[in-house]
Amino acid sequence: METAPRPGRDVPLKKDKLQAKRKKTRRYWEEETAHTAAGASPGPPRKKKRNGEHRLQKPKNTLISKKSRISKKPQVPKKTQERKKPEPQRSLSGAQDPFPGPAPVPVEVARKFCRIDKSQKLTRLKSKTRSKLEVAEAEEEETSVKAARSQLLLAEEPGFLEGEDGEDTAKIRQADIVEAVDIASAAKHFDLNLRQFGPYRLNYSRTGRHMAFGGRRGHVATLDWVTKKLMCEINVMEAVQDIRFLHSETLLAVAQNRWLHIYDNQGIELHCIRRCDRVTRLEFLPFHFLLATASETGFLTYLDVSVGKIVAALNARAGRLSVMAQNPYNAVIHLGHGNGTVSLWSPAVKEPLAKILCHRGGVRALAVDSTGTYMATSGLDHQLKIFDLRGTFQPLSARTLPQGAGHLAFSQRGLLAAGMGDVVNIWAGQGKASPPSLEKSYLTHRLSGHVHGLQFCPFEDVLGVGHSGGITSMLVPGAAEPNFDGLESNPYRSRKQRQEWEVKALLDKVPAELICLDPRALAAVDVITLEQEKKERIERLGYDPEAKAAFQPKPKQKGRSSTASLVKRKRKVMDKEHRDKVKQNIEQQQKQQKQEKAKPKGSRPSALDRFVRARLQGG
Amino acid sequence: MKAIRAAESLLTLSQQDELVDLPNYPLSASEDEGDNDRERKHEKLLEAINSLDGKNSFRYKLAERSEASLKVSEFNVSSEGSGEKLVLADLLEPVKTSSSLTTVKKQLKRVKSKKTLELPLNKEEVEQIHREVAFNKTSQTLSKWDPIVLKNRQAEQLVFPLEKEQSAFVPIEHVFSSWKARTPLEHEIFNLLHKNKQPVTDPLLTPMEQASLKAMSLEEAKMRRAELQRARALQSYYEARARREKKIKSKKYHKIVKKGKAKKALKEFEQLRKVNPTAALEELEKIEKARMMERMSLKHQNSGKWAKSKAIMAKYDLEARQAMQEQLAKNKELTQKLQVVSESEEEGGAEDEETLVPDVVNEVQMDANGPNPWMLRSCNSDSKEDENQVDSEQLPEPVAQEFSESEEDERPMAEEETLLKEFEERRALRKRSELKQDAEPMGRQETKDSSSQEVLSEVRALAQRLNKGNLQSRKRRVTSAGTVLQVQTEESAPEEEEPILLQRPERVQTLEELEELSKEECSQKRELPRSMLQREWTERNPNNQPDAPKGKKKKEQMINLQNLLTTKTPSVKSLEVPTIEELEDEEERVQKQMIKEAFAGDDVIKDFLKEKREAVEANKPKDVDLTLPGWGEWGGLGLKPSAKKRRRFLIKAPEGPPRKDKNLPNVIINEKRNIHAAAHQVRVLPYPFTHYQQFERTIQTPIGSTWNTQRAFQKLTTPKVVTKPGHIIKPIKAEDVGYRSSSRSDISIVQSNQKQLSGHHKKQLKKRSIE
Repeated sequence: METAPRPGRDVPLKKDKLQAKRKKTRRYWEEETAHTAAGASPGPPRKKKRNGEHRLQKPKNTLISKKSRISKKPQVPKKTQERKKPEPQRSLSGAQDPFPGPAPVPVEVARKFCRIDKSQKLTRLKSKTRSKLEVAEAEEEETSVKAARSQLLLAEEPGFLEGEDGEDTAKIRQADIVEAVDIASAAKHFDLNLRQFGPYRLNYSRTGRHMAFGGRRGHVATLDWVTKKLMCEINVMEAVQDIRFLHSETLLAVAQNRWLHIYDNQGIELHCIRRCDRVTRLEFLPFHFLLATASETGFLTYLDVSVGKIVAALNARAGRLSVMAQNPYNAVIHLGHGNGTVSLWSPAVKEPLAKILCHRGGVRALAVDSTGTYMATSGLDHQLKIFDLRGTFQPLSARTLPQGAGHLAFSQRGLLAAGMGDVVNIWAGQGKASPPSLEKSYLTHRLSGHVHGLQFCPFEDVLGVGHSGGITSMLVPGAAEPNFDGLESNPYRSRKQRQEWEVKALLDKVPAELICLDPRALAAVDVITLEQEKKERIERLGYDPEAKAAFQPKPKQKGRSSTASLVKRKRKVMDKEHRDKVKQNIEQQQKQQKQEKAKPKGSRPSALDRFVRARLQGG
Repeated sequence: MKAIRAAESLLTLSQQDELVDLPNYPLSASEDEGDNDRERKHEKLLEAINSLDGKNSFRYKLAERSEASLKVSEFNVSSEGSGEKLVLADLLEPVKTSSSLTTVKKQLKRVKSKKTLELPLNKEEVEQIHREVAFNKTSQTLSKWDPIVLKNRQAEQLVFPLEKEQSAFVPIEHVFSSWKARTPLEHEIFNLLHKNKQPVTDPLLTPMEQASLKAMSLEEAKMRRAELQRARALQSYYEARARREKKIKSKKYHKIVKKGKAKKALKEFEQLRKVNPTAALEELEKIEKARMMERMSLKHQNSGKWAKSKAIMAKYDLEARQAMQEQLAKNKELTQKLQVVSESEEEGGAEDEETLVPDVVNEVQMDANGPNPWMLRSCNSDSKEDENQVDSEQLPEPVAQEFSESEEDERPMAEEETLLKEFEERRALRKRSELKQDAEPMGRQETKDSSSQEVLSEVRALAQRLNKGNLQSRKRRVTSAGTVLQVQTEESAPEEEEPILLQRPERVQTLEELEELSKEECSQKRELPRSMLQREWTERNPNNQPDAPKGKKKKEQMINLQNLLTTKTPSVKSLEVPTIEELEDEEERVQKQMIKEAFAGDDVIKDFLKEKREAVEANKPKDVDLTLPGWGEWGGLGLKPSAKKRRRFLIKAPEGPPRKDKNLPNVIINEKRNIHAAAHQVRVLPYPFTHYQQFERTIQTPIGSTWNTQRAFQKLTTPKVVTKPGHIIKPIKAEDVGYRSSSRSDISIVQSNQKQLSGHHKKQLKKRSIE
């Protein structure tokens, strides 16, 4: 009897009465709910940072505390909006859910996953259409909430480097960082002394597990760089211009002096592609299975590696192509030219999608960040610029570097690395989505030779630098994405998993012709064709089937349906419509005039203006 | 008023006439005429005088009788002057009203009121009306389906074959949990209840009630089980019986059975003839047909294989001879022409029947009671305890009856009698006096089939039918006492069931309520996040809105390309490794100088602007010039069409949309369409959408597993229609949807009146709880 909830209890009046008689027993959950309602963030519990390579241990931390403190920066507290909890349902047994309803979802996070563009208001919706739209919106909301909720699973947090107050992080040397971090992470900093075969280009596989590097003098090697296990090492006996992994670490494309060669992970030459000759730079588009090659002859060639066909060979008409980067967001290839422009290419269009004038001199290096928002360019005019790629292509920030950057690279989290001579400079932004601020560098490092290749390792806080003295693996805290998608690019995947992923990825291959500036174009209607087809249809039919039917007067009896009266009635309706239109126009004009009048005409408002207005109102 | 006045005037006139006439009566005609003339003149004068007055003037001429006569003919009656139309009833009206006349009047009225019969409508019109009515009816019945059709159309997923919605029972307390006492009276009541520790919500039904609810379901289950058991037992019994009878090898027994059946069939046929002559005729025809068949065939004519072998044996074997003779006799019998029974005979037969039936009944009862009297007791007492047993034991009865009848008929045949007695004794154990005959059991028919192959099927069928009719009639007479009890029990059974039916809808209703509640909650929950989002959005918007115009203004100003490329750069210092800073500064200066020198010649910006201009020009829609030089002018060399003409024949191309890079000096954006990508886009708007923006909103959410969580992906890609392989998808029925089930009308009624009943039930419950 005691625990059973009764309807009477819910009545406030009665409750008071009961309380007056005897003290109501307080349940443990009642306090609890009040507490949670007050605002405990339901976000993921803050865990100890375990970002693979960069585990920062306490004892080591203390050692270098004099110089710098690499500490946990408290994460920016997520703003959480608690949903109003519905009144807890009381069950028969009296037990009560202390946290009724589904777990609250931070609204901001959920909004990140909303894709429907609601900027334009839709008018004149039919009820059927409205219901469909409502269904779509409900679906979107549900999926976004689900996605936001699943963010709980992203347990890892990115690393970071923070100086003591007033201390410049750029002055922290690699040795300091290595000293501070755990052994496993420290092992990720290494130097390969390969002075013999000249400056090196390097490339990490998409999982970030493997590294391939090729020296100018023909030295090509791939290795599992985490375990330092060498997979193959060959000399192609030819100058190596560039090297790149294909979709997995088993295939390797090497741009040699004359042709493009493809090797497997044991160093066996699989293909020699003679149609791609004198290649200077390579880029691989993983979702389209396209290998883009830029050649000395000025051709940009797309090779579909899944079927071995050349999809497109585009003549850039700008001489030698030696600067190339891909936009990971929309798979557009950026080419830097000698006349200071950067052109954007898609295999489906013979001409550049866009051309941006970036520098007074030629473009030396180019990089696009992982979200496709920013492009960093450096030119012969010693400038380093960051452009906004979202439609405007305007420079956001620029700075002059003493030497100018010969190589640029963006990390997954938006850090920008630039190689200038034998120095590597790294800039960081404020957050993940902000451009790197070029004011103050984040890290600098001097190498034993001139930089020839730069790439951040995916999912590891490591920057690989190929230079004339070999390969250097630098530690850059906070460079990489801490959470990897195990189904997409799993650094720890087995052979079987890799094979399965390969099949799936091939099934999900995106057609090459879909590459365009806005990758969401597929979610839009082809308006031009739609309109054209409509026009054609109207022409074919001789009338517009969707147009509003012309006014047809109803037949009337008693001789009032004579032809003359019909015409009269028609005329009446027409006139009325016309009048309405004219009226509207006049009204609009008047409104505009009023607005214009309301605005003070003169640039200097005089004190007498008030009287003018008053008179206007009075008259 | 006028009429009255006229009447008065009339009266006065007549009086005057009388007054005037009376003295003149004896006068001669000529004199009379002269007098009349005079008088008329006088009257006219009077009239004139009167008219002078103006008040009493007569507007219209009054009718006057030209002849003075005492007798007024009924044919010359005129109502003139009175101002009223003369009605037939007026003539009938006597001075004094008499009751007898009223009836006549009424009849007259009725005659008048009766209209002539209208012509029947056209055939076409009638048909049209019929069609209309039929259409209305069907459309009404079909409109019942509208909500279901709509629901199915809007459903996210349909699963076929359709499953009936199971009416899950929801405990009442769940439904009641949201209910609150509001009025002070209710509060007081609840206070009282609490004080007295009466159940208010949780077991709103007392334990007793709950137990009874459960028990009822149990009862049902038990009943059903018993039914099944009975059916099974019956089946097994019949099977066993058939087997046993099949096993009997005694020819004598079979012969007797056969004969008895034939005889019975005959007798019943006669009875049928008496009761239903047409049916009897039919039977007769059948028999006739059988005879014909027999005559046509060589059956029973000793020409078969068996008969031939017997013929060989017949010399030596007496039995074989007998068998052959039997066959021949049978043939004769079958081919014999049927004699039409005379009426007298028929009557006699009928008398026989009359005497016979009660005898049989008595005998049966005797049979039941006589040989083993303890059976009677058992039949009365045990009947309710083991019904299935009783049912199984009812079956032998008809056979027994047959035997008893045949016994009565064939007294002289001693052999048969003894045999029959044996059988009776054997089966008497199972015989019961309670005559509750069910339908003709299947097993028995089978046994008959097998046993009597040679008896003509037609005759047998006839016999069976007759037999059945007999039994039924007998049952009616005999089992009056026995059935009364049963009927009572049967009547009481529905009474017991009523409460079940009453309570069931209540539960269902509560379930519905719960669902509604949950829906409401769901909707609330759904609304919450959306409203949150909206709020957030609006919070953000104010930030965005002021920004937007600024951006526009910025856009409108053409960005100076020169400025753009020679932006002031932040300080170069604080870079790189400090040790080489100074050195680099010097280097830098030198390099800058070098760069300036290097790029002095080529003006990158100029080139780019030129390129852009060309691109813009190339992309502009071109005007069409249709001028024909020399047309309408003098021809010749160096001809130039006049500006006026050129202007006239120039078709200006419509200005296209503004270029995307209109305000971006350092960018050339290609305006050409990517046709290959467009081939993948949607180009036809699906049905309910009228504008492409509407449709775009529905396809903007990605469905793939790359962009969604596993759950969301599964939900987004659920098929619209799910079918089970190997199952037949039947068209939807009213019962599937829960409209009504034709077989159980009571349930459907209850369902339709759910709310009322449930409300009633609630009230009852409340009352109970209050008590």
